[in-house]
Amino acid sequence: MSAETLTYEDAERAHNSQSKEFLTIIIAGQRFGIPILQVQDVLGEQAVTRIPLAPPEVAGSLNLRGRIVTAIDVRRRLGIDSCEKYKNSGMGVVVEHENELYSLIIDEVGDVLHLKDENFESTPTTLDPLWREISSGIYRLEGELLVILDVPKFVSSVHS
Amino acid sequence: MDDLIVEFLTETNESLDELDLDIVNLEQNPNDKDLLSKIFRLMHTIKGTCGFLGLPRLEKCAHHAENVLGRFRDGDLEVTPDYVTLILESIDRIKLIVGGLGETGSEPEGDDSELIEKLDAVYEGRDGGGDAPAAEEAPPVEETSAPAEGGGCLTQEELDALEAAFQAADGPAEFALKEMPDQAATPAATPEPPKAEAAPKSAAPAPVASDPPAKAAAVSTQTLRVNVDVLENLMTMVSEMVLTRNQLIQILRQNSDSEFSAPLQRLNHVVSDLQEGVMKTRMQPIGNAWSKLPRIIRDLAIELNKKIELEMRGQDTELDRQVLELIKDPLTHMVRNSGDHGIEDPATRKAAGKPETGTILLHAFHEGGHIIIQISDDGKGLPLDKIKAKALANGLATAEELEEMSANQINQFIFNAGFSTAEKVTSVSGRGVGMDVVRTNIEKIGGSIELKSTEGKGSTFTIKIPLTLAIVSALIVESAKERFAIPQLAVRELVMASEDGDNRIETIKGTPVFRLRDRLLPLISLSDLLKLASPASAQKTAITPKHGDEDASVDADAAVKAVHEPVAERRHQYIVVTQVGNHDFGIIVDRVFDTEEIVVKPVAKILRDIELFSGNTILGDGSVIMILDPNGIAKNIGQIDAADSMAAMETESAYERQGEKTTLLLFAAGNKTPKAVPLSLVARLENIDVGTIERSGGRSMIQYRGKLMPLMPFDPRVEIGESGEKPVLVFTDGGRSMGIVVDEIIDIKEEYIDMQIDGGQGGLMGSAIIDGKATDIVDVGHFLQSNGNNWFKDHDDTPFSNAADASKKKTNGHAKKRVLLVDDSPFFRNMLTPLLSVAGYDVVSLESPHAALDMCNKGAEFDVIISDIEMPDMDGFEFAEKVKTETSWKETPMLALTSHATQKDIDRGMSVGFSKYIAKFDRDTLLNTISQTLVEQQQNSDPSVSQGEVA
Repeated sequence: MSAETLTYEDAERAHNSQSKEFLTIIIAGQRFGIPILQVQDVLGEQAVTRIPLAPPEVAGSLNLRGRIVTAIDVRRRLGIDSCEKYKNSGMGVVVEHENELYSLIIDEVGDVLHLKDENFESTPTTLDPLWREISSGIYRLEGELLVILDVPKFVSSVHS
Repeated sequence: MDDLIVEFLTETNESLDELDLDIVNLEQNPNDKDLLSKIFRLMHTIKGTCGFLGLPRLEKCAHHAENVLGRFRDGDLEVTPDYVTLILESIDRIKLIVGGLGETGSEPEGDDSELIEKLDAVYEGRDGGGDAPAAEEAPPVEETSAPAEGGGCLTQEELDALEAAFQAADGPAEFALKEMPDQAATPAATPEPPKAEAAPKSAAPAPVASDPPAKAAAVSTQTLRVNVDVLENLMTMVSEMVLTRNQLIQILRQNSDSEFSAPLQRLNHVVSDLQEGVMKTRMQPIGNAWSKLPRIIRDLAIELNKKIELEMRGQDTELDRQVLELIKDPLTHMVRNSGDHGIEDPATRKAAGKPETGTILLHAFHEGGHIIIQISDDGKGLPLDKIKAKALANGLATAEELEEMSANQINQFIFNAGFSTAEKVTSVSGRGVGMDVVRTNIEKIGGSIELKSTEGKGSTFTIKIPLTLAIVSALIVESAKERFAIPQLAVRELVMASEDGDNRIETIKGTPVFRLRDRLLPLISLSDLLKLASPASAQKTAITPKHGDEDASVDADAAVKAVHEPVAERRHQYIVVTQVGNHDFGIIVDRVFDTEEIVVKPVAKILRDIELFSGNTILGDGSVIMILDPNGIAKNIGQIDAADSMAAMETESAYERQGEKTTLLLFAAGNKTPKAVPLSLVARLENIDVGTIERSGGRSMIQYRGKLMPLMPFDPRVEIGESGEKPVLVFTDGGRSMGIVVDEIIDIKEEYIDMQIDGGQGGLMGSAIIDGKATDIVDVGHFLQSNGNNWFKDHDDTPFSNAADASKKKTNGHAKKRVLLVDDSPFFRNMLTPLLSVAGYDVVSLESPHAALDMCNKGAEFDVIISDIEMPDMDGFEFAEKVKTETSWKETPMLALTSHATQKDIDRGMSVGFSKYIAKFDRDTLLNTISQTLVEQQQNSDPSVSQGEVA
C-alpha cells in the first residue's frame, strides 16, 4: 500500500519538478516571463509603421522577413508610464497568436530561465486587475518574483 | 468532341473511381447508411447527366444499377458480397461505355440486356429468366457465402437465380478490384477484357474498345484537376516573391552599377511571367458563372408566361476563380431579377410598343485592369413611385428628402436591406433579400455596382470588379509623413490643389470643398480622417508629462512638428478623387507617389475593427503600409448611409439655380470697367478679321457659317478699325445668330451674381463684384432687341419703366416673390433668370411644363408663373389648362411669354387661363406686367395687405 502511494507521489513529484523554460523580459524594472516555446524571435529596434486609429497600445506594424508583425507596446498595455530610469529600448519579442505575429515591445531582454514547477504560484487576487488579466501565474525566484505573461490573453486583451 | 462530353467524361471518370472504392468499402460495412447514400447519389448523377447528354445505353445501365442501390439504401435489401459484385459489374459496364465514348465521342455498340436483367431481378426480387445459362457459365466462387447472407430476405428460388447472376458477374468484379488503380489513370483502356471474359452472353464489345484509345487518354491528361488549396498556396508564394522582387529592384535602383543588375533584371522578368502564369491557373472564363443562366431564364419565362431572350456577350472574358465564385450568386440573382421584375409580359410589352420578347443582355469585358459586367434589360425599369413609397415606409428618407432627390438617387434605395418592390413574392424573387446582399458581396471584393434605370425603358446594372484580389494596383500617398495605399480601382483622378488661384480648396464652415469642373466635390483630409496630427499630442497627454522623461518630450516635439509642418507644406496639396458607387469625394493628401502592385494582406485581428483599412502590405522598400478602404472611408464620412451630401447638392442646383454660381465671361469693351455676361448665353467666341466685315442697310454684317450675321459693337467707343482681328461674342437662338464686337476677352469666372447697383444705362443689368472688381453685368436682351428687326418679333406694348422701379422697391421690403419661369429654350431661361433676379424676384426656371407640374405636385408655391407657349411635348396652352383645372396653383396668375402671337393665340391663351401676353424680349413690359399682376393678385386676395403696400 505505502509503496504504491510512494510511487504515486514520486511520479507526481517528478511531474511537478519538471522545469519549464521562460524567456525573461524586463519592463520598468519588473521581470516577466514568456514561455520560451511561444517566442518566435527577439528583435532589436525596428522601423515601425504607425497605425492610425489603432488602440494606443498598438505601436505599429513592422516587416519581419516578409511577414507583417503588429507591435504592441507592453509598457502601455500594462499601464506603466514611461520613465527615464528604464528607457524603452524598442526591443521586441515576437510571439504568434492565432496565426498572426505580434512583437511585444519591451525594455530589456533577460536570460532564459529553467524554472521548477514547485516554485509556481497562481496570481495573487490582489494584483492590479490589468495585470491579473494577462498573467498566468508567478514564479518565486531568489530575491525576485517573475510574472508569467499569458501571451494569448495578453494579445487578445488589446482592443480598439 | 463536344465540350460537354469532355467535361462529362472527366467528371464521370472521377466519380467512377470513387464509386469503386466506395462499393468495396460498402462490402466491408454493408450497413453504412452514409456510404450507401453516397453511392446512390453518384450513380444517380451519372444517370442524370447521361439523360441530359443523350447517352441512352449508359443511362439505362446506370438507371438499373441505381434501382438496386435504391433498395440497399432504403434497407429493403441487405448488402451481400454478391450484390456488391453485381454493382461492380454494372460499374465496369458503365466504364466500358464511357471508355468508348471518350474514344469516339459516341456510345459504343453493345447489348446490356443481360446485365440489366440481372439488376432487375435483384431490384424486383423475382426469379431471373436467364439464370440457368448464367449459372452454368459462371465459376462458382462465392456460392457458399451468398445464401447464408442473403437468405434472410429472399426465397431460396430467388436466391438461386441471383446467385447465378452474381456468379456470372464474378470475374469482372475481381478484375475491377485488381485493376482499380490503372483504371483511375486510363479508365477507357480497362473495360474491354472483363467484358470479353465475364459477360459472354452480352454482345461482343464494341469494336472501338479493342484498341487502346489514344483520344480518351488525351482527354484525361490534357487537363489536370488540382486542389484549389494548392493553387492558393502557389499564389501566396508568388505574391511573396513579387514583394521580394520589388524589394530587390528598389535596392538595385539605389546602386545602379551593381553586378547583380543583370541577374536581377532577369529575375524580374521571370517573376513577372511566373506571376502571370500562376494568375492564369486561377483564371476562368466568366461564361462558367453564366452557364446556368439560360436555363434559369427559360424556366422563369415559362413560369411567368413571359418571352425572354438572354443574350450573352464576352463569355470568354477571364477572371480570377475566387472573384468568379463570389460574383456567381449576385449575377444569378440580378439576372433573375431582370427577368422577374424587369421584363413585362408580352401583352404589356406590345401595348408599350415594344417587341413581345424582352431581352436581357449580359455583357462582360475588360477595362483597365477591371472586369465590367453589364446586365441590362429592356423591361419596365424601376418603378420610381413604388421605391419612393417603400423608402418612406421603411423610414429611409422623409417625404421632403425624397422630393428633392433625382430619379437616379431614388433608384439607389433598392440597394438597401429589405427592399423589394415586387407586389407579390414569387418563387423567383420578391422576398426582400437581394440587392443589398448583391451590393455587399460586390463591394466585399473591391468592386462597385451602378444602376441606371429609365421607367418604361429598362434598367442597366454595371458591375465593376477587379481582375484578381490577391495582387492589386495601388496609389501610394503620403499624409502627415505617413504613407498609405489607396486601391487604384477606386481612384478616379488626381488633382493638385494650390494655395490660391482656381485650384484652391475652399472651406464652408471649416469643411473643405473643391470645385471640380462644374461640381462641388466634398473633401476629407486624410490626416483629419486618420487623426494623424493628434495621436502624437494624444500620446503626450497619455504619458503624464510630470515625469518629464525623454520619451514624452520627444513625443511632444513630434506633435509640434506634426502640427506645424503640414501647414508649411500646405502650398501644394493633392486631391485623390475617389469614387465609391455613385458617390465621389476627394481625399486630401500631402504627396502622391507612384502606383505599385501590392499584395493585400489582412490586418491583424486586433486591428480588424478599424473600418478605414482593408489590409496592409509590404512595399518595395520593405516598409509596412496600410491600405485604405474607400468603402470604409465613404461610410465613415457618412456618404452612403446618411442622406448624402451629393443628393443635397444635386437638388440645390436643380431647383435653386439662381443661388448657384454663374459662369461669367469677362470682357473689356469701351471703358475700363470689365463687363460680364453669363457664359451660357454666349454660343461661341470668335476672332473675326475686321476686313471681312461687310455693311448692308447701314448695319455691319459678316458672313458666318454660310449665313449673314449682324454685328454690332458693344459700345460705340469700341473701335472696329479697318484691319486686324476683333473678338466677337456670338449669340444664337434657333437658327439666328448675332455678334457683339468687344475689345478683349478677359477671363471666365464662376461667381455668385450679387447685383450691387442697378444698371443705369441701357444694356447693363447692373454692377457686381466679380473677381474682386466692380464689373458691369450685361443685359444681352438689350442688344438683341436693339439689333431688333429679324430677331424675335417686337412687341406693341408700351414700356412703363416707372412701374418696374416701383415693383422693385415694393419687393425689397418684403419676402421675395417667387416666380416660376417655364421655357424650353435654355437661352431665354439663362437670360431671363438673372434679369428677374435683379428685379428682386426669387426665380425658379424649369425647362418643361412636366417639370413644373412635378414641382406643383411636390407642393412648391409660386406667386406668378411665366410660361413660354411653343414648347415640345406640352405647349403653354395645355400647361395653363392643366394648371388652372387640376392643380393647387389654380389661383396663381400665369403670364404667357411668346415670340409671336396672333390675336387668335391671345384669345386662346386668355381662355385657358393666362392673364397677360408678353413679348419675349421686352424686359420692361415683362417686369411691369409681373409687378402689376402681383399687385392685382394681392389686392384680390387680401385687400388690407395690398393697401399697406401701396401706402
